[in-house]
Amino acid sequence: MKKIEELKTIIVEKPLKLDCGKTISNFPLAYETYGKLNEKKNNAILAFHALTGDQFVTGKNPITNKSGWWSHLVGPGKAVDTNKFFVICANVIGGCIGSYGPNSIDPNTKKKYGTNFPIITINDMVNAQYNLLEYFKIDQLFSVMGGSMGGMQVLQFVANFPNKSKTAIPIACTASHSAQNIALNELGRQAIMADNNWNKGDYLEGENSPDKGLSVARMAAHITYLSKKGLQEKFGRKLQERDDLKFSFDADFQIESYLRHQGSAFVDRFDANSYLYITRAMDYFDLVKQYDGNLSNAFKDSKVKFFIISFTSDWLYPTSENKEIVIALNAAGANVGFIEIASDKGHDSFLLEVPEFLKSINNFLEANYINL
Amino acid sequence: MKKEFQIISELVKNNSRVLDVGCGDGILMKYLKDNKNVDSRGLEISKEKVQMCIAEGLSVIEGNAEDDLKQFPDLSFEYAILGQTLQAFYKPEKVIDDLLRVSKKAIITIPNFGYWKIRIHLLLKGTMPVNKHLPNEWYNTPNLHMCTIKDFVNFCNKKNINLVRSIALHEETVSEINNKNLNVKNLFSELGIFLVEKK
Repeated sequence: MKKIEELKTIIVEKPLKLDCGKTISNFPLAYETYGKLNEKKNNAILAFHALTGDQFVTGKNPITNKSGWWSHLVGPGKAVDTNKFFVICANVIGGCIGSYGPNSIDPNTKKKYGTNFPIITINDMVNAQYNLLEYFKIDQLFSVMGGSMGGMQVLQFVANFPNKSKTAIPIACTASHSAQNIALNELGRQAIMADNNWNKGDYLEGENSPDKGLSVARMAAHITYLSKKGLQEKFGRKLQERDDLKFSFDADFQIESYLRHQGSAFVDRFDANSYLYITRAMDYFDLVKQYDGNLSNAFKDSKVKFFIISFTSDWLYPTSENKEIVIALNAAGANVGFIEIASDKGHDSFLLEVPEFLKSINNFLEANYINL
Repeated sequence: MKKEFQIISELVKNNSRVLDVGCGDGILMKYLKDNKNVDSRGLEISKEKVQMCIAEGLSVIEGNAEDDLKQFPDLSFEYAILGQTLQAFYKPEKVIDDLLRVSKKAIITIPNFGYWKIRIHLLLKGTMPVNKHLPNEWYNTPNLHMCTIKDFVNFCNKKNINLVRSIALHEETVSEINNKNLNVKNLFSELGIFLVEKK
C-alpha cells in the first residue's frame, strides 16, 4: 500500500483566487496518468472524478488495493483506449488523496486545517486542475469527461476555458444543484457533524475520526445512487444469513447488511471533513446563476463538440436536468449530441459495466479520434 | 444511396446549417457532411440509431420532433429536413410550424397516399394498403395522418407556405410538380419531396 506522500503530485506555485475570496498558492495537486502523451500532444483526456472518487481512474488503486473507479471504461483496448489516449486525472482540491484539502497541514499552526480550510467550489477545483495542462505543456485537450460531480467540472471547464478541449463528455450531471440534491447532501453533513468525534472538524484521522457519522452519510448517499427497481431486483426482502426475522434491530435484511458494509468500507478510504467540503462545493454549483440566469451564455461561441449522456433510472441527476444542458447548448448554437442510456442501475450506472454506456463513449471518442 | 436522399442533397446549398429531424442512422447527414460540407445536427427517437450516428461522428440528439424542436432558437438553421415522418406525428401542422420557425427552409418528403396502386388497393381489395413505403398493417402502423401530394400542396397554399420546389419521385424517375400536372403526379408518384418556406 502506498503512502499519500508517495503519490504523483505537482505543487501549484501560481496564486489561485478562490470564489470565497481567499487566495491560495504553493498547494499540492495529486494526479495520475494512463497511456502516453503523443508527440503532437493532442491525445490527452482530462477525467474529473465524482464526490468520493480519486485520481486512480483504472488499474489497481495503490491506496485501497481495489480496482479504479472507471476500470470498466478506461484502459488498454477499453472504451477509453489508453493505447490511443493519454488520460489524466487529479484529486480535486478539498479531497483527501494527496491534493490540497482539510487534511493538509496549515503552515501557520502546523496543524491540520480541518474546518479552517477555505470553502471551495467546483470552479476552484477546475481552475486548480487547469495547471496540469501547463505542467504537461498541452495546448488543447482531446476531451474532458466525467460523471456526476465530474460532469459538473466538465461543464465548468468548458465555460472557463472554451478552446482548451476539442470535445466534452458530461455524464449524469446537472448545471445547477437542485433543492433535493442540496437536501440529500445536508443530510450527510449533519450525520457527520452529529458524531461527537467530529469535534468541529478537529480530530485525528484513523484515531478518533467520526466514522459513525461518515458511515451514515455514505449509507444515505448510496441509496440515492441506486434505483428502486435495481434495489428490489438485487435485494428484495431477502434475509441476511438467517431463515427468519430475528425480532431485533440486527441487519435482518440483505439490504441493511449491504448498506452497513458500504458505510464501514467507506470510512477506511475517505475523510469526513473532505466529505463536508466537497458536498458543499457541489451544493454551491450553479452554472446558470454564474451566467446571469442564462446557461447558454456559458457556452457562447463554444467550438467544443459535446456529448451528453444520462441514464433512464437516475433520479439524482435525472435525464430532464441533463436535457436542460442540451437545450442550453442548442440555444447557443453549440455542437451537441445526446443519448439517454437505458439502465436499471440508477445514478451509479456511470460507474458500472453498462454495455450501451461503454459503447456510446467508445463510439464518440473513436469517431472523433479519426479526425485528429 | 436512396434516390430520395440524392434529391434532398441537391436542394441543400453547400456549407449550410442543417437539422435532420428523424435522421435515422445518419446516412443523409453523413452524405451532406462529406459532399456539401454541411454543418448538421440530428434529432432521432431511437436509442439504437442515435448510437449509430454517434459512431459516425454525427451530432445527434435523442428526442422527437413534437417535444424537442422547441429547444432550437428561431432560424438557427438554413434547412430543416423531415423525411417521411410527417404522417407519424400527433400534430403534423404544429411540427411544420416549428420546422419553419427553427429554419429558413424546410425539406419535407411524404409517402403519397394518392398513388394509383394505393387507390386501387383500397378500391378493389377494400383493405388498408400495404406496400414498400407503407409496410405496416393498419393496427401497427406508426402513421397517424396519411396525406396525398395534392393534400400537402393544398395545405401549403392554405397556410401561406411557399412551395419553392415540388418534386415527384416514382421509382427512380424524378419530375417537377406544378399546378397543371398536380392531378397526374398525385396519381403516378410514390413520393413527394417539397422545399418550402414561409411566405
